[in-house]
Amino acid sequence: MKERLHELEREALAKIDQAGDLKALNEVRVAYLGKKGPITEVLRGMGALPPEERPKLGALANEVREAIQQALEAKQTKLEEEEIERKLAAEAIDVTLPGRPVRLGNAHPLTRVIEEIEDLFIGMGYTIAEGPEVETDYYNFEALNLPKGHPARDMQDSFYITEEILLRTHTSPMQARTMEKHRGRGPVKIICPGKVYRRDTDDATHSHQFTQIEGLVVDRHIRMSDLKGTLREFARKLFGEGRDIRFRPSFFPFTEPSVEVDVSCFRCEGHGCSVCKGTGWIEILGAGMVHPNVLEMAGFDSKTYTGFAFGMGPERIAMLKYGIDDIRHFYQNDLRFLRQFLRV
Amino acid sequence: MLVSYRWLSEYVDLTGITAKELAERITKSGIEVERVEALDRGMKGIVIGHVLECEPHPNADKLRKCLVDFGEGEPVQIICGAPNVAKGQNVAVAKVGAVLPGHFKIKRAKLRGEESNGMICSLQELGIETKVVPKAYADGIFVFPSDAPVGADALEWLGLHDEVLELSLTPNRADCLSMIGVAYEVAAILGRAVKLPEAVVKENDEMIRDYISVRVEAPEDNPLYAGRIVKNVRIGPSPLWMQARLMAAGIRPHNNVVDITNYILLEYGQPLHAFDYDRLGSKEIVVRRANEGETIVTLDDVERKLTDNHLVITNGREPVALAGVMGGANSEVRDDTKTVFIEAAYFASPVIRQAVKDHGLRSEASTRFEKGIDPARTKEALERAAALMAEYAGGEVVGGIVEASTWKEEPVVVTVTLERINGVLGTAMSKEEVAAILANLQFPFTEDNGTFTVHVPSRRRDIAIEEDIIEEVARLYGYDHLPATLPVAEAKPGGLTPYQAKRRRVRRYLEGAGLFQAITYSLTSPDKAARFALETAEPIRLALPMSEERSVLRQSLIPHLLEAVSYNRARQVENVALYEIGSVYLSRGENVQPAENERLAGVITGLWHAHLWQGEKKAADFYVTKGVLDGLFDLLGLSDRISYRPAKRADLHPGRTAEIALDGTVIGFVGQLHPAVQKEYDLKETYVFELALSELLNAESEAIRYELIPRFPSVVRDIALVVDDNIEAGALKQAIEEAGKPLLKDVALFDVYQGDRLPAGKKSLAFSLRYYDPERTLTDEEVTTVHERVLAAVEEQFGAVLRG
Repeated sequence: MKERLHELEREALAKIDQAGDLKALNEVRVAYLGKKGPITEVLRGMGALPPEERPKLGALANEVREAIQQALEAKQTKLEEEEIERKLAAEAIDVTLPGRPVRLGNAHPLTRVIEEIEDLFIGMGYTIAEGPEVETDYYNFEALNLPKGHPARDMQDSFYITEEILLRTHTSPMQARTMEKHRGRGPVKIICPGKVYRRDTDDATHSHQFTQIEGLVVDRHIRMSDLKGTLREFARKLFGEGRDIRFRPSFFPFTEPSVEVDVSCFRCEGHGCSVCKGTGWIEILGAGMVHPNVLEMAGFDSKTYTGFAFGMGPERIAMLKYGIDDIRHFYQNDLRFLRQFLRV
Repeated sequence: MLVSYRWLSEYVDLTGITAKELAERITKSGIEVERVEALDRGMKGIVIGHVLECEPHPNADKLRKCLVDFGEGEPVQIICGAPNVAKGQNVAVAKVGAVLPGHFKIKRAKLRGEESNGMICSLQELGIETKVVPKAYADGIFVFPSDAPVGADALEWLGLHDEVLELSLTPNRADCLSMIGVAYEVAAILGRAVKLPEAVVKENDEMIRDYISVRVEAPEDNPLYAGRIVKNVRIGPSPLWMQARLMAAGIRPHNNVVDITNYILLEYGQPLHAFDYDRLGSKEIVVRRANEGETIVTLDDVERKLTDNHLVITNGREPVALAGVMGGANSEVRDDTKTVFIEAAYFASPVIRQAVKDHGLRSEASTRFEKGIDPARTKEALERAAALMAEYAGGEVVGGIVEASTWKEEPVVVTVTLERINGVLGTAMSKEEVAAILANLQFPFTEDNGTFTVHVPSRRRDIAIEEDIIEEVARLYGYDHLPATLPVAEAKPGGLTPYQAKRRRVRRYLEGAGLFQAITYSLTSPDKAARFALETAEPIRLALPMSEERSVLRQSLIPHLLEAVSYNRARQVENVALYEIGSVYLSRGENVQPAENERLAGVITGLWHAHLWQGEKKAADFYVTKGVLDGLFDLLGLSDRISYRPAKRADLHPGRTAEIALDGTVIGFVGQLHPAVQKEYDLKETYVFELALSELLNAESEAIRYELIPRFPSVVRDIALVVDDNIEAGALKQAIEEAGKPLLKDVALFDVYQGDRLPAGKKSLAFSLRYYDPERTLTDEEVTTVHERVLAAVEEQFGAVLRG
């Protein structure tokens, strides 16, 4: 009987090993460990044994049962794991197929540039002033020291609606409007972005509608060196640390002294390239100290207050920054153009 | 202004500074030098040759066979095609081995079987622009005066070993529209002296008053009028050096008298006019405004109609010149002119500008009057012209000057302190540094304890106030020496206004939702101006539009957005979603600024979503568009105050358009384009919206306040209601929400059915209702009570019955 038990154990373990799936394994379990299984059968025949043999045989039978049980469990775990793996293998997908697209639009490149510049000046304590695009002759010209008949009015051919009303030719009217609101008391520290209009035929470098950003600071003791420091800070933040700026004398009726401001070329680091036309410098804005007539007309005492103003063209800056070749792109709204400005 | 380097060096010593260096210094100090051009353009080996013989080419009608002497070596044979070549001329010859502009090398050649050892040159071939070449030589070779030495460097005689600086002048620097003005500027930059030209007039013993008198009837337009008579002139070419200088400055030489007036214009910036005295037709000059309807034939042979806005020079009866702009044909200097009346006048800018504008005539003279000349130099220029005419036109200057003047030189004195200069600039200049700059500018000044009193010369009409002096000092001090500082002031934080901040959020939302920002033109055509407009007004039209397409201000953003869609579709971009934020302009009456209302508009067409390999595809439709707006209203915290109402609007689909109201006031619309409009713009199904953005952003929204996160379970009941198919889902939903208060928290529509399984004219709307009490768990009975109330309400109001 002892042999029989050992034989049964060998047999069962072999069948467990052979069982290919859970069903087969269960059949082995039922066959060997069931109530009518061969081990129970052997135990039932124990009555024929001498009493002192019985416990030994009982113990052996339990050992065998235990061994089979363990083998069953081990096999079951293994089969279950295999089952899961098979299932997962069957569920495998091609991860290189495209994902469900998230639809994204983006801001216009001009807005991108304008907001960047706004934020940069907000960081230096400026607020944003906005004003009408359809202006009076007074704010567009006269309050800016450009009386009727002034030769500099030729510099900007304007879209008049009536003799007194026109589309603003620059954002500078906001200088006078803002200063008037301050009723002769500083400080004034503003940035004015907006659309402006001039009688130009649209081509690669001209647009009858374009944008400008004006800056104005008026306070006691504002110096021209403050203008230089402010614009250098601006140029470095917009075009990268290490940029330098230079002033070239110029003329605007509403500033005195007036300068044009160049930034050292960000493409070639000032060595000369196609972007800076070999000069190492790129003209980016016009600026100057606010003309005393402008201060006085807007109600500021030009003996106690001084100020600086500057103006720049977001189109030009965007064209430089992104290498855009034609100003008309900004107003055609070709999606193949617009969607190039998605990235942060 | 074109400035010859060599000519300039007659007034200022330019030793040790090249034209290029000079250009850089001038640019850095305030006047932009656009370019520096070497007139010789790389030419070499051009000499003056003498045509010994000239006969027809045996094999070609249009060619001549010439024998040319260079003064040394054997004369050579040159074939020449110019019609005006002739025996005995001195001409410019490019010898074999010479180089012409564009690296054009002259080689020995055979032309129609005849040997040619060089080329006889026209001025154009020597790099001179046709428009300044004297008319006599415009179609052929240039002929030198007979005294030009044979064998000499032709370029030298033509003044081409020179460089020209092109100055780009701002309107305030009209003083540099003259060589003398530029000389002062350069002298100030270099710290060198100015040598002025001298004019010694030798008069005969006649008196000018026997020849002519002058009367000015419009002294405001013409504060100063002076003239001289030069008799017995012999009209002929002016000296070659003068012609060369005129050509270098962009002026075509004519004859000695006219050239001298132009030469003085360039030298002094004072326009002059030479009349043929004998053809003036009277012994008096009367300057007056033209009579209405009067005419004059100007030098360019155009008859011009005059008005009271124009100033004319008359002989007492009829105009002989359009003052300051152009002379009359009737008194023009001709080859047979014997006596010349030279006019040197100061005409005021406005009257000249008007004439230039009305007649489309801009001349070297009018430009200078428009920008303002220096009347203190007018008579000096006249003297110099008379002296030159005596010298180069063989004339005799009649004694005295005829003059009518109301002009008085008003001294301009400006005071400025050193403290103010340094205060405005942020510099630490010394008294001595400032004084040196003023001295270099040749501004007479006195200095007392840091206060400078500056006597501004009349040539610098742009300088009148303290700041002008500060600018002069700054630019000559050099902006590179300006320190870079930041304003010292109380630190106030910057920032966006709430409106600006919200507008940025709106942009980011729309972009995140898949729309691209467009920027379109504000000017449009009259037929588009008010189309789609939320609100219309009288169109605002430009006084002088450049085209009908851009002649009035827009009242809606949609027409140009549709153009953008068309533009994209024409380039195979079919799926377009754009938004624009911009102003529309609504008239408030003539001569007042219009209302500028900020609008948000959008257009969506084509596929809204496509993920094809997984079978997803969604075309843009009304609800896609509306969904974008719903999200926007959520973002602005206005959803509860917004309502949509079916609406009929021009150009929109009558069954697929809704007006959008905020607190009951219409602030926008959303809808499909009318199929007719889609066709007009060549579009497929397209949806548009426009909202009064300012109304939305100015609407106060409630501040965020935390609400307890639900702690108790909520109860959800779904119902399907059958109603007549004309019942609006929105109204039904609102009724449910009303009736279910306060326990009913959410109502969501999840199905709309219409079809076979319902009676005709009926539809089923299925809603999911969520009941919740923040204080406790609701019992089934409590929910049922409210739910029954909801059902009763919709039955009563809409005849809605539960779908079985």
